[in-house]
Amino acid sequence: MSSSPLLRKAQSDVSRQGAGVGALTQESRPSPYQPAYLRSWIYVFGLATAAALAVVVVSGVILSLKGPEWWQDAQLGHFFNSIHLWSVELAFFFMVIHLWGKYWMAAWRGGRARVWMTGAIALLVAIPAAFTGYLSQQSFDAQWVSLHAKDALNSIGVGAFFNATNFGQMYNYHVLLLPVALTTIAVAHIALVRRHGAVPPFERSVRVQQLPDGDAVSVGARDEG
Amino acid sequence: MTITSPFDQLPAGAIVNLDHPAHMVHWHFFQMSVANVVVVVAMLLVFALAIALPFPKPARRRKEAS
Amino acid sequence: MTAKRPTGWGDGTWAGALGPFGVRGLAIGFGFITVLAVMLAVLFSSPDERPSTLTQWARERPIDFLETAVSELAGTTIAAEYGPPYNHDAKGERILFLRPQKWLGVAHPIVAGYDYVIAPLRAIRGQPMLQADLTEYLGAPNYQKADGIEGFEKAIRNVKVGTDGSARVPAGEYENVDNVMNGLLSLAQSGGLEADLLPNGGLSLADYTKPLLFLGDGKMFEDRAARQHLPPNQWAMMDETGSYPGLPALWPYTFWYEIEPFKASKNRDILVWLVMAVLALAFVCVPLIPGLRSIPRLIPIHRLIWREHYRSARQPPASA
Repeated sequence: MSSSPLLRKAQSDVSRQGAGVGALTQESRPSPYQPAYLRSWIYVFGLATAAALAVVVVSGVILSLKGPEWWQDAQLGHFFNSIHLWSVELAFFFMVIHLWGKYWMAAWRGGRARVWMTGAIALLVAIPAAFTGYLSQQSFDAQWVSLHAKDALNSIGVGAFFNATNFGQMYNYHVLLLPVALTTIAVAHIALVRRHGAVPPFERSVRVQQLPDGDAVSVGARDEG
Repeated sequence: MTITSPFDQLPAGAIVNLDHPAHMVHWHFFQMSVANVVVVVAMLLVFALAIALPFPKPARRRKEAS
Repeated sequence: MTAKRPTGWGDGTWAGALGPFGVRGLAIGFGFITVLAVMLAVLFSSPDERPSTLTQWARERPIDFLETAVSELAGTTIAAEYGPPYNHDAKGERILFLRPQKWLGVAHPIVAGYDYVIAPLRAIRGQPMLQADLTEYLGAPNYQKADGIEGFEKAIRNVKVGTDGSARVPAGEYENVDNVMNGLLSLAQSGGLEADLLPNGGLSLADYTKPLLFLGDGKMFEDRAARQHLPPNQWAMMDETGSYPGLPALWPYTFWYEIEPFKASKNRDILVWLVMAVLALAFVCVPLIPGLRSIPRLIPIHRLIWREHYRSARQPPASA
């Protein structure tokens, strides 16, 4: 094992800072070093997805404060409707790029299979969440989409229970059931990422070593098993 | 439609009007609206840029007191 | 004291509660995304295409409304012959010997002729002649009913809409079908039909199944979608009205409908769902699937992503 004092400190930091909120105040500065393999813009897309989902939730809460007529008839309501729509587009945009990045990094390695799986399930849950949002608009497009979607749902027997043409039911799935499911899975995903850390490159382990000038480099030690 | 409060009256019109029938892209059996194609192309572009663009190096710092 | 070690090889890559970004990074990220969403909302707004209603349909396209209504009475529409979960008039789609469409039975019953025509007319008060015509129609033998419907269907195609919005067929033998249809048209144009087809007279404003299936059987709804360039098939699942983006992420689902053997199959919905179930499972289980999990190693996009690392990696000290 590396004997770098800074590495030991970082390891000790991670082990001390469980999930407690108090830990937030201990990290008001960036981590003391960062491995070279994290220096890629691809790593911001997980954060971007989470941020976009947060905007989705906040704008959705505002919309639900005043109800359906507000987002259809009132200009301010329509404005928040627009923010909600575009933040959903951004969330999917960043989520797919995040997925592509993680696939090409084979980010499930090193015991991270559950990280990948929770992320994949989050995407699969996000799709019906967005779909029920489509329907909740009660617009002409909602009518058209529900008329076609019902055939697919009916064919597998689900349509008898999950009725795409029942606005009340679809609205409840959209504002309560699916956001709760998606948030739970997203939190589990982020917690697992936190626990396992970012996946290292293929050929080398995650050894990092602080240089005297303050920079950090990756040093090779073992190949992936 | 009844406007009942000042909160409901703020302007929220679009600067770029997308409220006209979509143009569709047809390629063999594949059909998608131009807007959706733009989103997919933008995804590919941003992914390529995210990989290709250099990430700023961290600022040199004095040795941390541990 | 035994400190909990991070598992895997993530030593130090999540050095802190908020990850490698820190509080400042998170705040910048969230702020940036919020500003971006607001900017897009200000630039492009969002669609607001009002829904179609039966009332609007009856007023603007009375002939199309009547053609559809008489087909509902005859039981020859999609809604009438759909099968579960609306009625027992068809068996539904199947895969091998399995018919999941039937498993939960008729959960949203629709008897087209009764629900769309007879019951709403029966509920009208103060129109004794209409009630008498309806009673006479219902009491006629089936072959007479069929003749009346056929005659009306032929005649209505060539009718001109009056200035009062009515669409009256020329005098002929319709076995009271014409009077029944005229009564239904008046009811629909006044808004009463919509209320009759919604739960609690429309107070719940919740389950649109009956009116929507009725609308879907007509041409007006289809024509409106065509004007919006919404495809008349599953591709529409991805699209929004106007030139707004929809859900392009759905294309791996919708494109199967356009290729064989799905395209020509009567069971295409259930077949596509089977394919999607397999793909979704494979997607979740990528780490467990040999071959699929090895592709990233074989196609070295990772060498671009981690080029800084490969450039700066050094050999471990000889003494380690």
